[in-house]
Amino acid sequence: MMSWFGGRKRSAESAKERLQLVLIHDRTDLSPAELTALKDELIQVISRHVDIDADSVLIDLQHDGRSQRLVADIPLRNVTRRSAG
Amino acid sequence: MTAQVITISSGKGGVGKTTTVANIAVALAADGAKVVCVDGDIGLRNLDVVMGLENRIVYDIVDVIEGRCKLRQAMIRDKHFPELYLIPAAQTRDKNSVSPSDMTRLCNELRPEADFVLIDSPAGIERGFRNAIAPADRVLVVTNPEVSAVRDADRVVGILEAEEKRSTALIINRLNPILVKQHDMLSAEDVLDLLGIQLIGIVPEDEGVLVGSNRGVPVAQDAKSRAGQAFRNIAKRIRGDEVPFLDLEKQSGLWDRIQKMAGKK
Ligand SMILES: Nc1ncnc2c1ncn2[C@@H]1O[C@H](COP(=O)(O)OP(=O)(O)O)[C@@H](O)[C@H]1O
Ligand SMILES: [Mg+2]
Repeated sequence: MMSWFGGRKRSAESAKERLQLVLIHDRTDLSPAELTALKDELIQVISRHVDIDADSVLIDLQHDGRSQRLVADIPLRNVTRRSAG
Repeated sequence: MTAQVITISSGKGGVGKTTTVANIAVALAADGAKVVCVDGDIGLRNLDVVMGLENRIVYDIVDVIEGRCKLRQAMIRDKHFPELYLIPAAQTRDKNSVSPSDMTRLCNELRPEADFVLIDSPAGIERGFRNAIAPADRVLVVTNPEVSAVRDADRVVGILEAEEKRSTALIINRLNPILVKQHDMLSAEDVLDLLGIQLIGIVPEDEGVLVGSNRGVPVAQDAKSRAGQAFRNIAKRIRGDEVPFLDLEKQSGLWDRIQKMAGKK
């Protein structure tokens, strides 16, 4: 739901978005910086085995009720395209 | 009788734990239950003034634990309800004068005497909080629809999960439907979605709460008060009745959605 006021987000929406992030980090004890480091390492490791499209990688913490999961969507490059390019 | 021991907790201070204990106690007692309130906020006792019983204190919880008096002697009878009692906190001692096993022993002694034992937890997640949750069969976590209160409530819920206290439910206190409607306050639905635990009550912001605590008469005794009604409903849900959530936000249709989220529809 997007409601805008004078070009700014209504405060309840900001509160919810900020809390979503803060709670995930509180619950997992993983800071935003650590999460970025984790993503980078994950990309490196996977790249050693398959060719991936690093710019389209999505790795995120999501919450479902009270449990957290690390969700990764890592598009792989086609071998044919790789040998052609 | 085997009392159910219910602890009211929050993490953050000032969100309405003491108010909630006093009001739920009054509502349960008005329905004929025998209730003993225990003020677990040692060093910062308040439940006595909120219940209007400050002038009757002779002995306190530390006197019981250290054997200076019998349990009965520290149970102060309420002015309005003969089956409602308060065991006050000690004011001049600190939280370390009580241990979690002291609290468990005290509550075990109370169980055959009452239908409900309600424990008012101090703020924080240290010793006083640990003391308050040790004997609990059930923990009600109070929060306000506000960033830091929700964050602290989440910490408390996480600790309760780790302690395997399974019966945890949420009270959202001081909800202002007008602010919610103009999207300047988290809605009950937002808070539930963030915390992911069962809801047991939504209490509106109500100046009657202040008036009640000025007089030492909890607002649940006022038949016309909205907050009083919300607390009476929580008491009914504690007893196992299905009570619809107060229609605080009728216009926005939120009430309907909350009923659904709580599985009542
Ligand atoms: N629903 C409410 N509406 C208005 N004021 C409230 C409400 N609930 C609590 N308060 C006020 O908030 C303050 C803190 O409440 P209290 O019960 O002492 O919190 P805690 O025990 O969590 O520290 C008190 O002044 C109380 O009167
Ligand atoms: Mg208090």
